[in-house]
Amino acid sequence: MSKKAAISKPSEGASGLTGMWRIKRPVVDQTKCTNCLLCWLYCPEGAMKRHEDGKLSISYDFCKGCGICAEVCPAKAIVIVREA
Amino acid sequence: MILTGNYAVSYGVKVARAEVVAAYPITPQTQIIEKLAELIAKGDLRAKYIRVESEHSAMAACIAAEACGARAFTATSSHGLAYMSELVFWAGMGRFPVTMAVVNRTLAPPWSIWNEHTDLLAQRDAGWVIMMCSSAQEAYDTAIQAFRIAEDERLLQPVMYGLDAFSLSHTAENVDLLDQSVVDGFLPKLDPAKLPVYMDPDNPITFGNLLGPDAMMEFRHLTKEAFDRAPAVIEQVAQEFSKISGRPQTGLFDDYRCSDAEVALVAIGASSGDAMDAADNLRDRGVRAGVIRLKAIRPFPGREVRERIGGVKAIAVVDRDYSYGFGGIIGGELSSCLKGGVHRYVAGLGGRDITIGDFEGMMDDALSKAERGEDAKEVWWGLKELA
Amino acid sequence: MITLKNLSAEEYMLPGNAACPGCASVASLRIALKVLGPRTIVTIPACCSSVIQGYYPKSPARVPFLNTAFAATAASASGILAALEIKGREGINVLGWAGDGGTADIGIQALSGAAERNENFIYICYDNEAYMNTGTQGSSATPRGAVTTTTVTGKKEKKKNVPEIMIAHEIPYVATACAAYPLDFAEKIRKALSMKGLKYIHLLSPCPPGWRFPAEKTVEIGKLAVSTGAWILYEWSEGKYTLTGLSKGMTKKSSRKPLKEYLTAQGRFSRLSEEETKALQEDVDTQWDRFNKKLVESGTAPTG
Repeated sequence: MSKKAAISKPSEGASGLTGMWRIKRPVVDQTKCTNCLLCWLYCPEGAMKRHEDGKLSISYDFCKGCGICAEVCPAKAIVIVREA
Repeated sequence: MILTGNYAVSYGVKVARAEVVAAYPITPQTQIIEKLAELIAKGDLRAKYIRVESEHSAMAACIAAEACGARAFTATSSHGLAYMSELVFWAGMGRFPVTMAVVNRTLAPPWSIWNEHTDLLAQRDAGWVIMMCSSAQEAYDTAIQAFRIAEDERLLQPVMYGLDAFSLSHTAENVDLLDQSVVDGFLPKLDPAKLPVYMDPDNPITFGNLLGPDAMMEFRHLTKEAFDRAPAVIEQVAQEFSKISGRPQTGLFDDYRCSDAEVALVAIGASSGDAMDAADNLRDRGVRAGVIRLKAIRPFPGREVRERIGGVKAIAVVDRDYSYGFGGIIGGELSSCLKGGVHRYVAGLGGRDITIGDFEGMMDDALSKAERGEDAKEVWWGLKELA
Repeated sequence: MITLKNLSAEEYMLPGNAACPGCASVASLRIALKVLGPRTIVTIPACCSSVIQGYYPKSPARVPFLNTAFAATAASASGILAALEIKGREGINVLGWAGDGGTADIGIQALSGAAERNENFIYICYDNEAYMNTGTQGSSATPRGAVTTTTVTGKKEKKKNVPEIMIAHEIPYVATACAAYPLDFAEKIRKALSMKGLKYIHLLSPCPPGWRFPAEKTVEIGKLAVSTGAWILYEWSEGKYTLTGLSKGMTKKSSRKPLKEYLTAQGRFSRLSEEETKALQEDVDTQWDRFNKKLVESGTAPTG
């Protein structure tokens, strides 16, 4: 069907790989993580991926490095390091 | 049925099965929406009436309703249209096939409720089909056709149509109404699948987020192309409507006795009939006069009109509107389509009557100037000294 | 009750959108859509969220988003609703999602109209207390003392109390929320979904660039807004006010942190003198004195 109007479709990375914006990188220490899910709850980007096994990982393609996850983590399982 | 122009619109919208009416009262339009509110309340029209708090909201609601697959209608006038203007553009640029009746009224200040066309014409760049009705029957017929035109897959743009304040809106005449089944055959249900924008959770889309300079022009060009197709759509819809109604219909314009004319007058709206009477009077005096009554303002049928009257000795254009610092709007638009000047008459602003004698005078004036080889220029017809 | 366990794992606002790092509004929209679910149509006026959607032909939204004009959110939602009703399209939630400018200022007329008509949708104002999309100009929701580009010496006037304006419309449900308490916010949306008519939620949405604090402090700032009593979490329904979350314990001045802790954490309040800070503290105390009376009248004042 030919285009009739500027219709946008759902997509990850609608504004590109926003991970490129990051100047600081959150890193999860899986040994300390208690799977409390607070980082997942608070991540503005939805960049905390929940896996079948209950583990969490960060989608670095999109994580903007705001650092909220590290702030809200009660187990101090997320550390912020400088991007190389 | 004896109906005013306003009620004729209401009954046209009813038989067209509008599904959402979002509207706000304003003189001299109010009767249109009062009647619709009544028809909906009585169950004669199955529709939702949204009693919005402004015209701005009326059009926003109509757009949203169309985006969710409902046939939407509103009516307004003058200040209401000006206040709505942001959303008028939204509907046009978003290709939401809303239809709207506009009862033409002077924009204040000072306050005036009387007829002038500047309100409608000020919206001419918004991506709407714009028409002017000349009788209550035509208002009824146009109210129905407007939905067919707006929803035509070749067009998919909103349609507004004007009714002169009081002389048409409040003047009663006999209007032939069509049976529901006849109109149902002419105007199929709105098919969401063909809408440019349709909000459906099963197929989620976003409409209206940012569009960069890399593609905006191309989307605007789609609307331009839609308007290139609009004359054919309007003519075809008029022809089909003539068949179902048994009444001849005007598509883009009426040509009244122009084929052999030496002077042609171009007018819009309800007073065009008087202009035609004036042409008859001139012909009685041996002057070959004719009238072009424009029904469509957008698309502007410049080429088609030029084919009819391009060779006429004198062309007079009447504008019941004005673009300050430029001139009468219809005169200006027509000038851009014709070689040589047109004689431009600004008349009837703020609701002043334009009589048959006035139209005769304009045609006489234009013809005598042309015969004397005088340049065409603008005349404010009947201008008086302020007391 | 919505808990971390039962909050939907589905994402309806996808990552890689154009929100600033640490944005509380996109975080909250993400939460809101989890509660509202896939059968939701959202209408959004000009605001940060219109930019957050990014550029055509992509959108982070996995539910239909209809953008509309700045003043038109509530009217647009009304039109959506009317169409759904007349077309018999059942089981679709309608959300109006607008900023404080689009709610407290330019959109308040349409919102008031829709509230008076008691249209059956949820309206959420995410309040970042200024025109952040255009670069931090003062709105009527900007609090007293805050510096914006149009209140350059700090705003002299108080913040407009939109929730109270909505309560005056006697709609079924009015609530405040704060982005720092997403489950409280989520629960309020869940409640709103169970009611017919217009439901209004006013969400305080801390804004790192506009309020001038580091992006990682969004949650902390939001929590300070509540723990200092500057922002009260409550619900109103059928004439009764009820405190929620942390605000339940904030009725006594002694239980509230000094406002100064909230103010000094943000650059927008850095111009405040000691005297002005004191005046703002008095505003908070007065706000609570008045609110406590409402609780007493409602029969919902905490005991003890």
